[in-house]
Amino acid sequence: MMNSKSITAFVIIGFVAFFIFSPFAKADDQNETDRLFTLPQVEVHGFYELRAGYRTRKDKYQKDISIMENRLQLDLASYLDWADLKCKADIIGDLVTEQADFDLREAYLFTMPVGFMDVKIGRQILTWGTGDLIFINDLFPKDWQSFFIGRDPEYLKAPSDAVKISAFSKAFNLDIVYTPRFDHDRFISGRRISYFNSNLNRLAGRDAIQHTDKPNSWFRDDEIAIRLYKNISGYELAFYGYRGYWKSPAGQTQNATQAIFPDLNVYGASIRGNLAKGIANLEFGYYESDDDHSGKDGNIFNSELRFLAGYTQEIAKDFTASVQYYLERMLDYSQHKDSSPFGLARDENRQLLTLRLTKLLMNQNLRCSLFTYFSPSDKDAYFRPNINYKVTDDLAVELGANIFFGDYNNTFFGQFQNNSNIYTAFRYSF
Amino acid sequence: MKPIHIFIALIALSVFLFAADSGNKETEKIPNVDEIVNKANLVAYYQANDGKAKVSMTITDKKGQTREREFIILRKDLADGGDQHYYVYFLKPADVRKMVYLVHKHTAQDKDDDRWLYLPALDLVKRIAAGDKRTSFVGSDFLYEDVSGRSLEEDSHELIETTENFFIVKNVPKDPDNVEFTYYNVFIDRNNFIPMKMQYYDNQGSLYRTIEAQGVELIQKFPTVVKALVTDLKTGSKTEMQFSDVKYDIGLDDEIFTERYLRRPPREAIR
Repeated sequence: MMNSKSITAFVIIGFVAFFIFSPFAKADDQNETDRLFTLPQVEVHGFYELRAGYRTRKDKYQKDISIMENRLQLDLASYLDWADLKCKADIIGDLVTEQADFDLREAYLFTMPVGFMDVKIGRQILTWGTGDLIFINDLFPKDWQSFFIGRDPEYLKAPSDAVKISAFSKAFNLDIVYTPRFDHDRFISGRRISYFNSNLNRLAGRDAIQHTDKPNSWFRDDEIAIRLYKNISGYELAFYGYRGYWKSPAGQTQNATQAIFPDLNVYGASIRGNLAKGIANLEFGYYESDDDHSGKDGNIFNSELRFLAGYTQEIAKDFTASVQYYLERMLDYSQHKDSSPFGLARDENRQLLTLRLTKLLMNQNLRCSLFTYFSPSDKDAYFRPNINYKVTDDLAVELGANIFFGDYNNTFFGQFQNNSNIYTAFRYSF
Repeated sequence: MKPIHIFIALIALSVFLFAADSGNKETEKIPNVDEIVNKANLVAYYQANDGKAKVSMTITDKKGQTREREFIILRKDLADGGDQHYYVYFLKPADVRKMVYLVHKHTAQDKDDDRWLYLPALDLVKRIAAGDKRTSFVGSDFLYEDVSGRSLEEDSHELIETTENFFIVKNVPKDPDNVEFTYYNVFIDRNNFIPMKMQYYDNQGSLYRTIEAQGVELIQKFPTVVKALVTDLKTGSKTEMQFSDVKYDIGLDDEIFTERYLRRPPREAIR
């Protein structure tokens, strides 16, 4: 789930900050002169959650139980005169992996060194771009495994260990995110979700867990992401740039033993604003596969153009619908076709349509939602129905499913057919 | 002076006084209805140039089950009676804590409000479709429109009665298909122009919803509703809203109402 060294580093940063400063804070309350140590108390919040799920199809490479976990999230925040501190961590008892796990979600220091600048240092969740569960210019790490096994959607975003510097001006605003060591996605490795293994030319799971050779050195295998943006009378315009690596494996070593994360540069733009009675968004990205410009290397993903158009509207009281069209176009396609084993070449264009329906009922305490991905080119689909009921202000119960369909077992969603699952959860927030 | 003269003099005096009094009532200028609703709109939604309040809501359903909402609201007016910015920072319940709701309200008829929601767990700035303003605000009996105001242009107004304390104004929607009421009456305080009571009637002509100001205080010279109650007579549900830490003219920076402060709530909101 996480590299143990980075856990250690950030646990130290986060907890040192909290537990050195805060216990003294109360003792020092009278001592107003020592401003650095007069810390307001630490706010403690979080939730306890129990989540259980079962596969609706037999998968010989996985356990029948898709998810079964206890989770305690602690969210600590404190405000100094010169900075905000935050630490959010999950302690998980996972009965599928039969392990206890610790997932440090956030541990950062936020400060405003000068009036026009914000700086956030440490482990943080980062998001930008206009897509709804589709990401083009958001190249921050995702956790697809959590998403597919039915955890709360907040776990789709995996944390980054990074520095975010934001500068604001009347002309435009600028965000720069520097990640000193590559943070890859928590990708589908076969551990919890079976996938199509092209080397074996069949579905695989725990019998063939993907091993990776990942860029791993501090300050050399780094990532930089930039966003330049401006709100022009309600229309949000943004330009993006990224220099780093494909976030999930996008190729393999020549001897086909390890999956790799080749170099990737991305350039893109987006716009979002009111249109008719709803919100429209357009986003575009050019994925430059920097280790294989010509597309001749069959072991590395080709460059791509990615495009997204979306529209959201409230179609009745407390009932919202959104649609998106997404296109992934592979460049240098003939090279890909020539270098791929027979029958395994991808399509030149992968098209995806999404539909989100959300209806609130019973004074907005009951939320029924459905998110659907459908690809006419891959002939596959992914349905995410969910019902969430807030029994009281603190207690919520949930029922949902992740259902995959596909004509072929090597397409993006089609390969996950046997991972279809239903789940239920109970969450107490405090 | 003989007693009879005193008597006559007293009568004459009292007649004079009463006459003068009633003359006063008659000559006191009753403002026209547009003036009344304009003033009431400014007092209810545009007090000072900006403001801050902590809002606590208690929603009680017909079974008596309660739910709590607590948030801090920051407001800045771009023009009196015109465009406004709202910043709402949620404190309770726990599952929405630290969420931020930002509105750039536009009063021009053909321009929808710009609305954003910030979800801190995902660091996601979500744009929300303008939608129906007569839907519940955070699951309470207050509607979006009750919180940020209903444009005066959307109704025709008629002063139906002037009592000792109130101007009673009847408001009929110009576009009845867009709203759930047929008309509503507002009781506007004659002294300070605070709308003290609103009564909503359905197409049967029966009263189904009321909003009452239950507490008014003078804060920094501005009369301010500090407690309000909505009662939905159809569902049997009611919501009480209490305002505390009310401050006016705090000099909120325009920048607070931008993406920067969605992602990082300003000290004004969290303290």
